[in-house]
Amino acid sequence: MDFYQTDLSQLHADLVNKKISATELTKETFDHIEANDDQVKAFLTMNKEAALKKAAEVDAAGIQDDQLTAGVPLAVKDNILTKGLRTTAASKILENFNPVYDATVIEKLNANNFINVGKTNLDEFAMGSSTENSAFFTTHNPWDLTRVPGGSSGGSAAAVAAGDVLGALGTDTGGSIRMPASFNGVVGMKPTYGRVSRWGIIAFGSSFDQVGWLTRTVKDNALLTAMISGNDPHDMTSSVKEVPDWAAQLNDDTNVKGLRIAVPKEYFEGINDDVHDVIKAALDHLESLGAIVDEVSLPHTKYGVPAYYILASSEASSNLQRYDGIRYGFRAKDVKNIEDVYVRSRTEGFGEEVKRRIMLGTFSLSAGFYDAYFNKAAKVRRLMAQDFDNVFKDHDVIVGATGATPAFKIGAEIDDPQTMYMNDVLTVPVNMAGLPAMSVPAGFSAKNGMPVGLQIIGKAFDEQTVYNTGYVFEQTTDVHKKAPKLGGQN
Amino acid sequence: MASKITEQQVKHVAELAKLEFPEDELGKFTTQLGNIIDMFEDLTQVDTDNVEPMTSATDRVNVMREDKAVKSSKEETDALLKNAPDTDDGYIRVPAIIDESEDGE
Repeated sequence: MDFYQTDLSQLHADLVNKKISATELTKETFDHIEANDDQVKAFLTMNKEAALKKAAEVDAAGIQDDQLTAGVPLAVKDNILTKGLRTTAASKILENFNPVYDATVIEKLNANNFINVGKTNLDEFAMGSSTENSAFFTTHNPWDLTRVPGGSSGGSAAAVAAGDVLGALGTDTGGSIRMPASFNGVVGMKPTYGRVSRWGIIAFGSSFDQVGWLTRTVKDNALLTAMISGNDPHDMTSSVKEVPDWAAQLNDDTNVKGLRIAVPKEYFEGINDDVHDVIKAALDHLESLGAIVDEVSLPHTKYGVPAYYILASSEASSNLQRYDGIRYGFRAKDVKNIEDVYVRSRTEGFGEEVKRRIMLGTFSLSAGFYDAYFNKAAKVRRLMAQDFDNVFKDHDVIVGATGATPAFKIGAEIDDPQTMYMNDVLTVPVNMAGLPAMSVPAGFSAKNGMPVGLQIIGKAFDEQTVYNTGYVFEQTTDVHKKAPKLGGQN
Repeated sequence: MASKITEQQVKHVAELAKLEFPEDELGKFTTQLGNIIDMFEDLTQVDTDNVEPMTSATDRVNVMREDKAVKSSKEETDALLKNAPDTDDGYIRVPAIIDESEDGE
């Protein structure tokens, strides 16, 4: 099965009409993964045995027309709990952790009989922009194996780009779905904060974390996101708002005529020339289709990175207190007393970046520094949210680049945390305000042929307009049809 | 603005966070942390007088549920205990709270 030649709706029709069985499809999927994952290294854990068993059950029961993902192989980022299937968050501290329950998003997918092929690599606890912070290995970008896939959902993005699966679940705290989507030439949507339950997601920054999909097409994304959305009594921040059938409204009539697009001038400051050219061409294209493109200002954009790293690290330092070596996870050997268990287990179990964030967070919250750092950043967060409100008073979407650069070389930035953090300058503002935003493939760098993503930001709970805009762009260009040639020059 | 954080402060914060940094890494780590905190200082340029802090993007408040205990099955308890580093007869074992090696000192 060539996933670049089909989509979810087509695959579902093929399964219902018995053109292919779930078992055949699952076997072919594993053949494909086994042939290329030595190079890409997208997966931390394969779920082959259970996946084939599930596929056989699905075949035996017959595939219902109303179960869109029945028998469809999909992948799951390894910070999302899967009952009985090892879930590590790419951390040594959870290396042997087997969840006793499923995340709500997995429960919803199970109810639709999806096939979980395995768990994808990430930066440890989703903290990073390259997967180089994984405690186990770095994932390679299928477009150029010497480059990073972005992060933190780099394994999920690389698996989709490599044609392993049609979709993979990711999480986005400060850009962790959109940035790897941009680096890998795939679609990545971070829904509105509260749209998708966070129950069973290994917590990083609870007021920012949101689950979403990396897919090849916009329509697949809309279909799959609808499946995991909705209120969940287990997550008090999950919204009670009705979940629209976004995909149903994407059709041949969808257009951008009269769409009011805001382009923040700050989103062009400091971006690479090759990214600039692709984004400029994409905006010209949307304008030629009848969209009204306006330059606007989001004046607090440049404060997003410092404010985000204070707030998200503070939340992380609190969330990660639970890793104490007592009830689950790694416990250091030869410890003499309880204090030793805590300190040595955490010191030996966490990687460098995670420790750095815990330290930044603990510092920002500590006596004497709380007002200057945490509280100040929380006020800046309010101003950033107000910037968006002001622009959305007379615009429908905000459009710009997802990342300031295409995928960088493995090893290029890992020793320089500050430079690494600055990769997030165009993605964190959205998480600060809780808005929905999607990266869609916009084109390729004239310098190195790497994919460049267009970021489309919507009003809270207006995923529809974001999907519409992305869909029109996708359907009127050929960018998404190009597949990477693994190991070869693109 | 020069970095405000010292090695002494890094040690103090590490103690709060239950982490330890070996002496030979402390210098490098302090410098890295200092550079990031210098970046945080950019926020002093923003006028935040009369701005309310924002700590969440949700508009939901005080979501209540019934206060009801849920009983776990034996299977669930066993699965939970399997994740524990050290167990004994249905309990999680931990080292003594008091450092016994200090008794004779």
